[in-house]
Amino acid sequence: MSEEIKNKVYMALTGALTGLANGFFGGGGGMIVVPLMSFLLKMKTKTAHATALAVILPITVVSAIVYFTSGNFDFATGIPSGVGVVLGGIIGAWLLGKLSANWLTKIFAVVMLVAGVKSLFF
Amino acid sequence: MGKIILLFVTGVSAGVLGGMGMGGGAILIPMLTVFFAVDQINAQAINLVAFIPMAIVSLIIHVKNGRVEKKGLLWIIIPAGCCSLCGSLLALAVKGSFLKRCFGAFLILLSVFQFFSNKILELLQKKKSNTKKGESGEKIAKKF
Repeated sequence: MSEEIKNKVYMALTGALTGLANGFFGGGGGMIVVPLMSFLLKMKTKTAHATALAVILPITVVSAIVYFTSGNFDFATGIPSGVGVVLGGIIGAWLLGKLSANWLTKIFAVVMLVAGVKSLFF
Repeated sequence: MGKIILLFVTGVSAGVLGGMGMGGGAILIPMLTVFFAVDQINAQAINLVAFIPMAIVSLIIHVKNGRVEKKGLLWIIIPAGCCSLCGSLLALAVKGSFLKRCFGAFLILLSVFQFFSNKILELLQKKKSNTKKGESGEKIAKKF
C-alpha cells in the first residue's frame, strides 16, 4: 500500500473513531483525536491541538443538532451551566501556562477516575 | 436561585479545565449527573451545546496563528461527521442507565491514559525513533 493511501486510511480511521465517541458520549472527542493525530498522523503537539478543534467543532454541531432536536436539551439546567462553561473557558485559556500543567493533569485524572467509577457502578 | 448559582459554578469549573485543554466535558457531564441528578443524555446535550461558542472563538485564534493543518483535513472531518451522526443516534436509542455505564467505563479509560500520558508518550517516542530512524516527525507531517 502506498504511503499516501495509508495516510488517508489513517485519517479516515482517526475521524471515524473520534466522531463515534464524541457523538455517543456527548464529548471527549478531543481526548481521542489529539493522541491519534500525534502518533498515527505524526503531527506536532501544538498543530494537533489546533487541528483537533477544526475536527471537533463541526462534528459537535452535528451531534448538538441531533440531541437538541430530539428534545434532550433542558434549558433550566443548560443555560446556567452553559454560560458558566463559556466564562470558565475564557478563564482557563488565560490561566494556561500560568499553572503547573503536570500536577493539574494528575488531579484531573483522579477526579475523572472517581467520576467514572461512580457512573459505572452506582 | 441557589441551584442556578451552583449550576453556574459547576459550569465555570468545568470550563476552566476545558479552556486549559483538559476536556471539560469529562468533568461537566459526571458533575451534572452525580450532583444534580440530570439524566445522562441531557448532560451530554448540555456539554455539546456549551462547547460550540468556546470552540468557535478558540478556532478563530488558532487559524489566525496558522496552527491548523488544513491539508487533507476533509479526510478526517467527513468520516468524523458521519460517525458522529451515527454515535448521536445510537446514544438516543440506548437506555439512559446503559449510556451512563458506558460513559463511566469511557471515563475510567481516559483517566488511566491521562494519568500515565507522560509515560505513554515517552514509550511511543522511543518506539518511533527505533522504527523510523533518520526520518523526523516533521518530515513525515509535511508529506500530507
